[in-house]
Amino acid sequence: MIVVKNLCKDFGNLKVLNNVSAHIRPGECVVIIGASGSGKSTFLRCLNLLEIPTSGEILLDGVSITDPKTDINKVRQKMGMVFQHFNLFPNMTILRNITLAPVRTGLMTKEEARKAALELLGRVGLQDKAEAYPAQLSGGQKQRVAIVRALCMRPEVLLFDEPTSALDPEMVGEVLDVMKDLAREGMTMVVVTHEMGFAREVASRVIFLDDGVIAEEGAPEKIFSHPESERLRSFLSKVL
Amino acid sequence: METYTAWKSLITSGGAASAWQRFYVYFYQSFIEKDRWRQYLEGVGRTLYVTALALMLGVVLGVIVAVVRAAHDQQRPGRRNPILGALNLIFRVYVTVIRGTPMMVQLLIMGFVIFSSSKNFALVGALTLGINSGAYQAEIIRGGLMSIDSGQMEAGRSLGLGYGDTMRFIVVPQAIKAILPALGNEFIVLLKDTSLISVIGGKELLYAARAIVSRTYEAMFPFLGAAAIYLALVMIFTWLLGVFERRLRQSDRR
Repeated sequence: MIVVKNLCKDFGNLKVLNNVSAHIRPGECVVIIGASGSGKSTFLRCLNLLEIPTSGEILLDGVSITDPKTDINKVRQKMGMVFQHFNLFPNMTILRNITLAPVRTGLMTKEEARKAALELLGRVGLQDKAEAYPAQLSGGQKQRVAIVRALCMRPEVLLFDEPTSALDPEMVGEVLDVMKDLAREGMTMVVVTHEMGFAREVASRVIFLDDGVIAEEGAPEKIFSHPESERLRSFLSKVL
Repeated sequence: METYTAWKSLITSGGAASAWQRFYVYFYQSFIEKDRWRQYLEGVGRTLYVTALALMLGVVLGVIVAVVRAAHDQQRPGRRNPILGALNLIFRVYVTVIRGTPMMVQLLIMGFVIFSSSKNFALVGALTLGINSGAYQAEIIRGGLMSIDSGQMEAGRSLGLGYGDTMRFIVVPQAIKAILPALGNEFIVLLKDTSLISVIGGKELLYAARAIVSRTYEAMFPFLGAAAIYLALVMIFTWLLGVFERRLRQSDRR
């Protein structure tokens, strides 16, 4: 589904990603772990071109999205993204936060979008918040709304950029539960996270990024129980 | 009327007039004699007219310049649009020149050099004020656009919305709320700066006051009167802005 070939990203002299290649298949939940500064977030943000790769190629369903001729807005409609800091739009109600994009991009009519949004909100237990404003919600509620907002575009892939890192500890669970449900339903997901428990339980594959390269990759069982590289062992000993 | 004529001749003949008599005479001749209050009222109307014209022009110019400059600065490196680059350069020159020269000089140049043959002084004045205000508003609006967390733009774009839609529905509404106090300040400055257009013959409130001074040879009452009217206008303006601001703010904590 997503094929990444020799992806490199420099910020000035700093090489953040160095020749990263990966393949994300439909229905997979790929979890990316690594120390801060290892390039995890940059990798994720390259996938929907929030960061422009310095070199390399990214294909979605066989179409090169790094090609300047590709309409990036169309590509992004198929790739939802959930941010660390939620990035809800504070000037609109929750319902409008969710329905703005599907309506403006012509994916749904106003009424369809409204129905879809309410149904999705119901699934995450927030139907009664449709007319509230983001400022009235807790962090966990905001992040669940952000997931719904991305889902309402009916994306093929969901990208999660440290979705629980800005949450109070007691709210992490409610967000992870929503993500687990999605993974179980077969949503294709790429998740950057520090929640090793989530990675172990839900991931179909774990990628360990170290200094901008994929240092190790495999099933969660292998990564967490039989780490091969010294770097991964020392990383795991710090976070587990 | 009879009291006025009697006391006036008392003063002009150099007689001993009381403070009250002087006050009455000067007040009367500054505001009431020959229905002069009408001139002030007309002046207020023209002042508001010039302010409104200049304000509209200033807002339009300010928004265009600010959006183009912000869009230019937010382009991806390596994919710079040459048209945006050219416009950005033109607008930077515009802002630099307008902010770098005094308002009065700009008015004199517009009135006596560029539009020296025009007789519509108020319109030339409004044009100059609008162009001047646009440069300041552009920087205020640009600051507002820059102040919105880049995550808002990223969230909008990540949903597949284009740059224009994201600006229109997400960034600009939030920016307006953030810059309203600064913009209100700029509007108030603009309202008071309309008094400058009397130097190129534009008729407005101060022009009316000066005309009355040249008739009555008494400066205090017409000028104090004009000052009081400006103050009242600004206070009404401030109040309206406050109402508007409160209404905008309601949306975040209802």
